[in-house]
Amino acid sequence: MYVAVKGGERAISAAHAWLEETRRGDAAVPELTVVQIEQQMGLAVDRVMAEGSCHDRFLAALAIKQAKGDLIEAAFLLRAYRTTLPRFGASEPLDTAAMRLRRRISATYKDLPGGQVLGPTFDYTHRLLDFALAAEGVERAAAPEAPTPVESAPRVTELLAREGLMQREVAEDAEPGDLTRQPLTFPAERPVRLQNLARGDEGFLLALGYSTQRGYGNAHPFVGEIRVGHVTVEFTPPELGFPIELGEIGVTECQMVNQFKGSRTEPPQFTRGYGLVFGHGERRAMAMSLVDRGLRAAELGEDITAPAQNAEFVLYHSDNIEATGFVEHLKLPHYVDFQSELENLRTIRRSAEAAIQEAAE
Amino acid sequence: MNTSEAPSASGATTLEGYNFAYLDEATKRMIRRALLKAVAIPGHQIPFGGREMPLPYGWGTGGIQVTASILGPEDRLKVIDQGSDDTTNAISIRRFFTRVAGVATTEHTAEASVIQTRHRIPERLLREDQIMVYQVPQPEPLFRLEPRRVETKRLHALADYGLMHVRLYEDIARLGHIAKAYDYPVMVNGRYLMSPSPIPAFDNPKMDRMPALQLFGAGREKRIYAIPPYTDVRSLDFEDHPFRPIRAPQACALCGSRDTYLDEVITDDRGGRLFVCSDTDFCAERQADAAKEAAE
Amino acid sequence: MSALTPGFADPVLGAQAAFRAVLEAMSRPGRIVTAGSALRPPAPMNQAAAAVLLTLADADTPLAQDAGADAEAWLRFHCGAPLVAPGAASFVLATGAAPALASLVQGSEEEPQNGATLILQVAALVAGEGWRLTGPGIETEHRLRVDGAPEGFLAAWAANRAGFPCGVDVVLCAGDRLAALPRTVSIAES
Repeated sequence: MYVAVKGGERAISAAHAWLEETRRGDAAVPELTVVQIEQQMGLAVDRVMAEGSCHDRFLAALAIKQAKGDLIEAAFLLRAYRTTLPRFGASEPLDTAAMRLRRRISATYKDLPGGQVLGPTFDYTHRLLDFALAAEGVERAAAPEAPTPVESAPRVTELLAREGLMQREVAEDAEPGDLTRQPLTFPAERPVRLQNLARGDEGFLLALGYSTQRGYGNAHPFVGEIRVGHVTVEFTPPELGFPIELGEIGVTECQMVNQFKGSRTEPPQFTRGYGLVFGHGERRAMAMSLVDRGLRAAELGEDITAPAQNAEFVLYHSDNIEATGFVEHLKLPHYVDFQSELENLRTIRRSAEAAIQEAAE
Repeated sequence: MNTSEAPSASGATTLEGYNFAYLDEATKRMIRRALLKAVAIPGHQIPFGGREMPLPYGWGTGGIQVTASILGPEDRLKVIDQGSDDTTNAISIRRFFTRVAGVATTEHTAEASVIQTRHRIPERLLREDQIMVYQVPQPEPLFRLEPRRVETKRLHALADYGLMHVRLYEDIARLGHIAKAYDYPVMVNGRYLMSPSPIPAFDNPKMDRMPALQLFGAGREKRIYAIPPYTDVRSLDFEDHPFRPIRAPQACALCGSRDTYLDEVITDDRGGRLFVCSDTDFCAERQADAAKEAAE
Repeated sequence: MSALTPGFADPVLGAQAAFRAVLEAMSRPGRIVTAGSALRPPAPMNQAAAAVLLTLADADTPLAQDAGADAEAWLRFHCGAPLVAPGAASFVLATGAAPALASLVQGSEEEPQNGATLILQVAALVAGEGWRLTGPGIETEHRLRVDGAPEGFLAAWAANRAGFPCGVDVVLCAGDRLAALPRTVSIAES
């Protein structure tokens, strides 16, 4: 006689034990430490912090270790942890003009105050596998050091704005919305859109940003500036009434300069697309700034014709934690629904076949 | 402000470092407010600040947040997926609540005070002292016809459900039947078009004037809605094409039931198949009753 | 702050129990439930009303109240809700003359859930007699006698109900007992 499948509880426990075993891999190979991941997989850590929406290098590295290197899974672990943390308040706005720079480049000027600082970049490397890395314990020569420039590095967009060529962003004192506390509603204000993009999936942002360059959306972007470095985080405790320094975080900022043909109320000028992400994430920051500019179409009176300009489409589909959950939920049992579809299809086919037969007779 | 997040004085916190039932109290308050308004406006979707849960979106995070917001130490929780207590995701969710709320669980519908479900309504009639919590993947009944939520929100405000009527009518014109077999849209209290969640259409009539309160949570889409007890829930249909619940026209191979929803089980690769009750608790009870009768 | 009486002895489970009582009341309009029996809120606030606010009000919910300075201090400490005029509040506590239902936040056709909740203190609630309630949540009819309902309440309620899905929901509180009137319920005089 047929006996219904049982034993799911035991199966789950066994599966998770096996998962843990495969996570560790061959026990004869030394185990990775979280610090090794944090130090040597730094860009993975940065991506997990960005998509996990939590700036903590150690926790991000731990999540990568636990997730066997699956970065979306790692971001999910970090997010689920972040949700349970108490909220003390919001920091003061970061001053990225005062960033302690590791890298700063502008594509719009040959030279500018503060200079072009190449920094630690893959740019201009030849993508040849370095077989020397396969050997362990080889000492590498230290990178040459130069004295830190004393000159300040004003933001390129500010230089343009002073000339009246760059649309000024309106400073707002209003508390920005927070997607981790309130659901997304439309029309979505720019701070909420930027929060959504800053946490969004890098691949999704990259593809959408790319699409704006290929004619899907009216983009004529120039990299005004990319800056990578450290900024101070300040917080004003209500009982003190003045800001105190909490520490520094690593960020990447991209300001993309775009054309704007002007409107009845505004002369032609440049507008900006903005990207700011945790850690060193140039691809993410650049893609974000392209998509941000795309999403400004409505407020700038431009036609909305492309996916990257459609706020509902972009903001509802950018989050890879949501997306991966829902795509992957399809592997959960659906046999009850499927059974209903089966019976429905059988009924419909029976009447269709009867009709065909009747027509033939 | 003294909104204490401290562990409960009665020691009800069960997972070190986490509040009773996982969610912090501010989140519970926010969800509780949404639930009360949902009950007051039957079938209307209420946006809520859904939290990231330690289970993936699409795997019941909405239902879990609703359950976590209503659950107390006196409750007895039943979790089913596809009608069964022993499906892996049901086990996982039941384990979660055992871990974070220390709550008693049961596999018996009659013993449960809260039933969290994915894709089924139990066969046994529910009572006034029970609450159903549905996991909802897509709360917007119009989403296949109009994906823009700004637009569907407007259509709900206007009670303009012409799109759905046209879609169902096109099915009839083309196929002679309404082709929707699950997640079959319902009108709640004559006002709001609502997704019953992907339960088979067979279960839709159970929603109508159910004595138990029905709560719906969509975590990824961040919506909550509800049907109060004894509320009219009508599956959309036409006078000349009345709604018909779909089930396999067979008897359960285990308990012999001819009026419950059945799963089709493939037994070999030569077309062999049999049908068994999807509601495993109901089926087991019928088998036990039959065995008892036979013994007497 | 020493004069303040405490909130729920167990903030987590106290709020959970009170919420289930309010949920039951809202789901079955007119049915009387008990909440806040152990609370000693400052007069004239009663226990049920205090339990509802402790359970649901916080920094995210603008609150209007007419219960005086002691109640204000108590609510400020335990709930932390910003105090506003009744016409701008999510929760309105009325211990004296109740504001007109139509003067409270109604919500919009797209967002009717923004309609306010009025916590209305009355002298007594008695089951099995008085008003005849029908609507969602009620199998055939619930009877509820409300002593001390504001004058003209039933006419105002009929108008509130006619505005569905917009409108105000009411929680009637007497001592440690409460009953709810969601905007869907029809009330006929006995």
